[in-house]
Amino acid sequence: MHLVQQILFILCAGISVYFFSKKVGEIRRNIKLGKDEDLTDNSGARWKNMVLMALGQQKMFKKPIPAFLHLAVYAGFIIINVEILEIFLDGILGVHRLFAPALGSLYAYLIGFFEILAVLVLLACVVFLIRRNVLRVKRLNQSELEGWPRNDANLILVTEVVLMSLFLMMNTADQVLQARGVEHYTLTEPFWISSNFTGMFAGLSDGTLVAIERGGWWLHIIGVFLFLNYLPYSKHLHIVLAFPNAYYTRLQPQGEMANMKEIQNEVLYMMQPELAPPSDGSQPVQQRFGAKDVTDLSWKNLLDAYSCTECGRCTSACPANATGKKLSPRKIMMDTRDRLEEVGKNINANKTFVDDGKSLVHDYISVEELRACTTCQACVEACPVGIEPLSIINQLRRYLVMEESNSPQEWNLMFSNVENNMAPWKFSPDERDKWAEEMAAEA
Amino acid sequence: MHIKSMAEYAANGETPEVLFWVGCAGSFDQRAQKITKAFSQILDKVGVKFAILGKEEMCTGDPARRSGNEFLFQMMAYNNIQTMNAYGVKKIVTACPHCFNVLKNEYPALGGDYEVIHHTTFLQQLINDGRIRLKEGGEFKGKKITYHDSCYLGRGNNIYEAPREVLQALDVELVEMKRCRTNGLCCGAGGAQMFKEEEAGTTRINFERSAEAIETGANIIAANCPFCTTMLTDGVKNKEKEDSVAVLDIAEMVARSLA
Repeated sequence: MHLVQQILFILCAGISVYFFSKKVGEIRRNIKLGKDEDLTDNSGARWKNMVLMALGQQKMFKKPIPAFLHLAVYAGFIIINVEILEIFLDGILGVHRLFAPALGSLYAYLIGFFEILAVLVLLACVVFLIRRNVLRVKRLNQSELEGWPRNDANLILVTEVVLMSLFLMMNTADQVLQARGVEHYTLTEPFWISSNFTGMFAGLSDGTLVAIERGGWWLHIIGVFLFLNYLPYSKHLHIVLAFPNAYYTRLQPQGEMANMKEIQNEVLYMMQPELAPPSDGSQPVQQRFGAKDVTDLSWKNLLDAYSCTECGRCTSACPANATGKKLSPRKIMMDTRDRLEEVGKNINANKTFVDDGKSLVHDYISVEELRACTTCQACVEACPVGIEPLSIINQLRRYLVMEESNSPQEWNLMFSNVENNMAPWKFSPDERDKWAEEMAAEA
Repeated sequence: MHIKSMAEYAANGETPEVLFWVGCAGSFDQRAQKITKAFSQILDKVGVKFAILGKEEMCTGDPARRSGNEFLFQMMAYNNIQTMNAYGVKKIVTACPHCFNVLKNEYPALGGDYEVIHHTTFLQQLINDGRIRLKEGGEFKGKKITYHDSCYLGRGNNIYEAPREVLQALDVELVEMKRCRTNGLCCGAGGAQMFKEEEAGTTRINFERSAEAIETGANIIAANCPFCTTMLTDGVKNKEKEDSVAVLDIAEMVARSLA
């Protein structure tokens, strides 16, 4: 019997790790479809960002209530994983509560501590479900979440509630069995939470209890395996990617926009032709200015897209969104990920990307959305894991203006004023210091 | 008073302490010209040796870059950097946070390395150094004033305290809006929105922000940016509060309070 369980377990674990690694490989490949961007500088500041932002959740605490609830789930998730390690080893080795003998009375404290966390996670997830579905907090119910994203969020929360319940149920049955001295059930000291519920199971036979305990154990670990494989398809992937994303987040002031070296050089060679490298007679490579599709973005933009958990802090801070414009920075990130997944599937099917006539701009993100941005950086500031929707917006805008000449009439006027009058308005450059002459006259 | 240009300084073989980068709004916009004049008055009064580029100054290229026209930005940047490097400019002060951000953060990659200071920081330093002396019990003493963080000074460059310290030196009663500092709400002008109609929505961003400022009960909204000043003034008019709520640049407030 035990051997069967052992083999089944190893099989389940193997399958789950195989499919998970396969999908992780795909995501890695997709992110690498982005353009190179060297973000390996200043590792000290980067580690600091990772520790503060991802590990310490510093930016979450701008909104204290969800921050504390999230902290409970996060701490629970990380720490309860120590228990998963035991469950995993028990499964492979065919033993029960492997760590109990070695840890002695400490073991019960440890499990008791996990149980308290499990209760906190359970409660926090229930509150999160209420916030989403009953209180209908605005940022958790905006139009871009209709359909799959909303179900994704609820599914994750319900799964966490179920997993935690199974963990507590399993421990409760275990302790009744321990007390009855049933074989295999190592006697431990009472666990803090589940020991209070043993009365519920008192009337059940040993066989039923073993079934409950084993059932709880198996469902719990299968749930974990399924969750692992669900992760890369879900917004929940942030639990992993928040760490590298915070590490690679921008270190420059938020106001600074990325330079386009190729255009800088083009202007330089136009103004000072003597600096231009000698032509070797070949036609210059046709390059695209700005970004039309996901592959024109940098790999960090694409990592951003996979790291986004759709919490909507960016969108609720966006002045355009707050005043009813179509722009939502969260949607920019969701669209980027959706399009990248589509490109990835295209590559899976055709070995290399075959033009599907679609692009990120127009097919996913509209011109109207892009034009509504004030570049105020509130979205960048708001993101707890260092995602930059503004970087994507800026690159798409560059494409629209420089490749499609797609800009509103007023901007075209502004461009021609800047070019001809050296100011965005139609004033004569000769009048630039008129105010100073006026001051001289006034005095 | 006569405001000297870099060319005049150079002709006399002199170097000014600082270049005052006026910016397009400060040069041409009637409302912003008042800020330019107020700031020049302060510099003149406290004896800061400053120069302007005058007709040689050009748009930094900020609205071109933010709207996506990198070519035009690079052209403007090239010309401005050529001019400033030819004069050997070391230090720049500007009353526009958009110019400030571009000059400070974006010109270095193009060969324009200067020490760039926003005018609110410069004013704060002059006050701290005792170069600016303020009236005891000036006209803003005890007045209820709210401060609007511009995006490119605040979030863009993490400058939140210097302007507030200047206001404190004026003895005002500073009342913060709900969305302030890192959470400050944009006035709606950035990203070249100043030069186009807003996209369709339920309200305008400057209406939303001005309403929030008015709600604090302040009689003065202190700003640090010519574009914010315009947007907020329009928003106050929209609420028909122009008789009771004024939008002033911090430089204007300091100029009126000089001892």
